Amino acid sequence: MSPLLQVEDLHVWFDLENGGELHAVQGVKLSLEPGERLGLVGESGCGKTTTALAILGLLPPNASVSGRVLLEGDDILAGGEEAMRPHRWVDVAIVFQGAMNALNPVRTIGQQIVEALELHGRAKGATARARTGELLEAVGIPAGRAARFPHELSGGMRQRAAIAMALACNPKVLIADEPTTALDVMVQAQILELLDALCRDFGLALILVTHDLPVVAQLCNRCAVMYAGEIVERGPLEAIYHTPGHPYSRMLFAASPDLAGLDEPVLSIAGAPPRLDRAIEGCPFAPRCDSVFEACVVRPRLEQLAADHDAACHLNSRVPA
Amino acid sequence: MSEASFFVEAPVEAGTSSRGFVLQTLRHQRVAMAAALFLVAVTVTAILAPWIAPYPLHEQVGPVFGAPSWHHLLGLDDGGIDMVTLLIWGLRTSLVVGFAATFVSMVIGGTVGVVAGYFGGGTDTVLMRITDYFLVIPDVPLMIVVAAIWGPSLFHIIIVIGILLWTSTARVIRAQVKSVRERVYVKRARALGAGHTRIVVRHVLPQVAPLLIASTVLTIAVAIFDETALSFLGLGDPSSISLGRVIENAFARAAISTGAWWAIVPPGVLVALLILACSLVGGSLEDALNPRLRVAHLSARTFRLRPLVGRGKDAL
Repeated sequence: MSPLLQVEDLHVWFDLENGGELHAVQGVKLSLEPGERLGLVGESGCGKTTTALAILGLLPPNASVSGRVLLEGDDILAGGEEAMRPHRWVDVAIVFQGAMNALNPVRTIGQQIVEALELHGRAKGATARARTGELLEAVGIPAGRAARFPHELSGGMRQRAAIAMALACNPKVLIADEPTTALDVMVQAQILELLDALCRDFGLALILVTHDLPVVAQLCNRCAVMYAGEIVERGPLEAIYHTPGHPYSRMLFAASPDLAGLDEPVLSIAGAPPRLDRAIEGCPFAPRCDSVFEACVVRPRLEQLAADHDAACHLNSRVPA
Repeated sequence: MSEASFFVEAPVEAGTSSRGFVLQTLRHQRVAMAAALFLVAVTVTAILAPWIAPYPLHEQVGPVFGAPSWHHLLGLDDGGIDMVTLLIWGLRTSLVVGFAATFVSMVIGGTVGVVAGYFGGGTDTVLMRITDYFLVIPDVPLMIVVAAIWGPSLFHIIIVIGILLWTSTARVIRAQVKSVRERVYVKRARALGAGHTRIVVRHVLPQVAPLLIASTVLTIAVAIFDETALSFLGLGDPSSISLGRVIENAFARAAISTGAWWAIVPPGVLVALLILACSLVGGSLEDALNPRLRVAHLSARTFRLRPLVGRGKDAL
């Protein structure tokens, strides 16, 4: 069976005001099976959101993209905006970072969900309104709330409404871009449970973009770690957690506080990711890595460690001395 | 799931809608309320002109420059025509030109502003340079030239005024659209698969409509003034009576040297009142509808001159 969504050799450049270029995504490869849940993790500015937006062709005009995004075998990037539109929301839907802003403040949430249904000819009039009610109930909002404006809802309910909107056309892939930032812990947990339940009930494949590792651990079965615009490690969550193939993944997991060892200090990774507006020589993580050696002057490529587990680090091919 | 019980239905607070807010603001600003009532009264009078004008418009009904009397409350003009009748009909033409020219300029200004702001980039640059070009042209001389070339007619006057007044609207709308365009829900609408037309109509226009309304009312004032100026200079439509034509007529027929103040002062006062009323209403609509002006630290309107020393009547 061919994967549901496949991203091949995706590059994104942003033109900068000063005439330079920022190579934000550098050859990302991803694949997603139906029903799979992939966590895309990494620090801020590592190209996670850019990758997510590029899949839907939603990048701003100063971005140029190369590579292929295959949806069930069809390249949806190749045909430009017009070819992309029928796939948006029907096949791939997205929940944006910060739901407070993802809703139009002057229209009721019901109207906005109906808009999604009508745009793709899924339902109209009374049918659309009935479906809107069902969608809202499915995310735990009473159907009567459809007539409310976004400012009349709490942050958690707005995020639920945004998720209901994403489900409107029964997408196959749901991209959730930091769905739980700016929500308090209780609401975070509710939203995560909701996403979990929805993925199970609707058979959704999920791409979860986040920097919050516990969220990934709770929700995802696979994980891709991004650093400086490229994927440095990908594989099953268990494998990456227990036997990380890249020092960055290892240090990233070590940097999360652990409930079991509250006395241990939380580690941090010194330094900051490299600037992406100039070419990177050697391993982009080398300046911050705790186990640099001679080979690191050459940029490593993703290599297979085990079945379905790849990492881009020279340590893996180092002959034990 | 027991979560449903979390969401207790809460009543919606009354008076939070934007319509409610406008009325509230108008109610607090007595002067603006009075101005709004005046505009409504004047518009109704103009619409009902054929029925409520006390005398026929083209007939001599008394002596030339006859003084105000019980029969002719504001006297008669140089042709012995009743001034009240002239003012009512003049109002009609002035308002028609004012509204129509404003409509033209709102359509142009709104379109240019939305297109420039929404698409940005090269489109924006080209449209804004054109706007700048129109902005620096001195209005009245160009209107005189165009009116002289095209010939005096009501339609030409409307078009000329319309194509000169849209610039500030275009800039205000463009700025607001640029900010709205970057909001996440616009990106979400694109992710929904919505096209440009739909995004503009459903998600961008509703956000800039209040600004458009406020700027419309302010533009009406300018349009009425410009029409009066053109008519006074003799470039108006000779076949229709506008307030400017009434003034021009009285001026040309030496109403001042004859001492017939009633032929020239009332139309002038009426024009001044119209413009003042539009400005007051437009200003308070802007206060009500533009959230920026409500925020104290961003609003120039909240700055007041404070006394340097002392308080109350000792203040310096």
